[in-house]
Amino acid sequence: MKELRLMKGNEALAEAAIRAGADAYFGYPITPQSEVIEYLMRENPAERTGMVVLQAESEVAAINMVYGAAGCGKRAMTSSSSPGISLKQEGISYIAGAELPCVIVNVVRGGPGLGTIQPSQSDYFQAVKGGGHGDYKLIVLAPATVQETVDYVKLAFELAFKYRNPVMILSDGIIGQMMEKVELFEQQPRLSEEFDWATVGKKPGRDSVIVTSLQLQSEEQEKVNLRLQAKYRVIEKNEVRFESHFCEDAEYLFVAFGSAARISRKAMEMAREKGIRVGLLRPQTLYPFPVDEIHRLAGQVKGMLTVEMNAGQMVEDVRLAVNGKTQVAHFGRFGGMIPSPDEILNALQQKIIGG
Amino acid sequence: MAENLITPENLVYKKTDVLTDRILHYCPGCGHGTAHRMLAEAIDELGIQGDTIGVAPVGCSVLAYYYFDVDMTEAAHGRAPAVATGIKRVMPEKYVFTYQGDGDLAAIGTAETIHACNRGENILIVFINNGIYGMTGGQMAPTTLPGMKSSTSPRGRDVATMGNPLKMTELVAQLPGTYFVTRQSVHTPGNARKTKRALKKALEFQKLGKGTCFVEIVSNCPSGWKMTPVQSNQWMEEHMFPFYPLGDIKVPEE
Repeated sequence: MKELRLMKGNEALAEAAIRAGADAYFGYPITPQSEVIEYLMRENPAERTGMVVLQAESEVAAINMVYGAAGCGKRAMTSSSSPGISLKQEGISYIAGAELPCVIVNVVRGGPGLGTIQPSQSDYFQAVKGGGHGDYKLIVLAPATVQETVDYVKLAFELAFKYRNPVMILSDGIIGQMMEKVELFEQQPRLSEEFDWATVGKKPGRDSVIVTSLQLQSEEQEKVNLRLQAKYRVIEKNEVRFESHFCEDAEYLFVAFGSAARISRKAMEMAREKGIRVGLLRPQTLYPFPVDEIHRLAGQVKGMLTVEMNAGQMVEDVRLAVNGKTQVAHFGRFGGMIPSPDEILNALQQKIIGG
Repeated sequence: MAENLITPENLVYKKTDVLTDRILHYCPGCGHGTAHRMLAEAIDELGIQGDTIGVAPVGCSVLAYYYFDVDMTEAAHGRAPAVATGIKRVMPEKYVFTYQGDGDLAAIGTAETIHACNRGENILIVFINNGIYGMTGGQMAPTTLPGMKSSTSPRGRDVATMGNPLKMTELVAQLPGTYFVTRQSVHTPGNARKTKRALKKALEFQKLGKGTCFVEIVSNCPSGWKMTPVQSNQWMEEHMFPFYPLGDIKVPEE
């Protein structure tokens, strides 16, 4: 049964959390994502599904509440925007180190510092390179539509539990604030399983469960790191997701994610009307990154332009994937500015075609 | 051989099963061991070992989960009350406790402590106050007494530049969310028994869902204070207790 609604991105995200069978949401208001907790409080999922919703005293507390609930084997989630996500990094590192599942949403705004409340993609590095201290990775999903935001909430919980790893949905202020038609999936049951890694109360005859990221012996900590790295290699093998538009005959390629990809698609159409064969590759997972596909396309196209609402972050991963096989340039607007299709097409002509 | 001597008729004391057999890493004379035992015995006597989830702090008791034989989570420094909130909210039928030192609870985790207490989270917070950072080697704590020497207040705590010691227990007693707030010690058998009674009472209250129970245990730190265990207990009685007087601060009305 299809359920179509016209919804704001942040509200659709909140509704998706309830429907994904989340057990708990802990959050703290920050623009441009406060609608998430507002919607949840209004909707009162305690009555619908028994889901817990709590407004924490800070983003730091919220992520640590997620840590506690995730350690019980529950579907726990938090959301915030850039400055708040910086505050959560300590907790995210602990969750990654303790190998717990959870979902973290970043509705990105411009930075650095307090920055601006307008949309941005300048938290790419923070999201895909770890963000907090220590060698760890988040699985990072980058929606480009309200529909994808909804679908990725369900996917994020599935991946989080499959790999016992935190998953980040890297949205932005455009997707969070705009309204689009969205098809909602049916209500999923909440988890009833008791996991043997979860703190649910010690059962007679089994050892107590300890959720920790602490290993005082270097040898043991190295083993933890090796286990994490092995897990990341499996994730890199299995979970790469991307969307290709007109890549088959492309002479030039835009590489862009999220909102920037939608604008780049328009620029691609404008280029094709002028007879310039441009394709668009849109990574849907930023980690793991579509390295192989970009490397393959590097052998086909005359150049690639990454289009980002930042000063040039994903371009570094594109260059690594291309590994010198073709020219790569970056075009970005930042600080809350949104590029226009014209600007993107101009940048392609100046930096790649004429370059 | 030794086990043959222990028969039900002559057994007068037995280590609680809520403590593991691991050898404690705490310094000789430190109060942590007794405080652990009192909490473990309280859990044992209430028969709730399988329904208890603990949260360990960062500090000397960072490895508390080695010793308590209950499911436990290791929190980031100061975040134990937030972690315990997350646990209790999704597992409301379980008994949840945090075990935190003064740096963890009253410095870096002040916000988490106050807000968990103010929300009246149905958890037990055990607060070990020895007025010093033990694990990192004897630096000044938020509860270090005026004039007290530490490695970061080598000429004694000067309140004019270093601030005043924080009476966290009196502070949380003011909050409507707390239900039972008390300050105890474990330096004599009598005091240890009183502490156990307080911990037991707090865990019993948790079942009623009336709010946060907060048990401070004023303790010693022979290594950090640079004293023998006996001297440190004397010093605690003479200096710590006048500033941090023992006794119940907030008790539920009968």
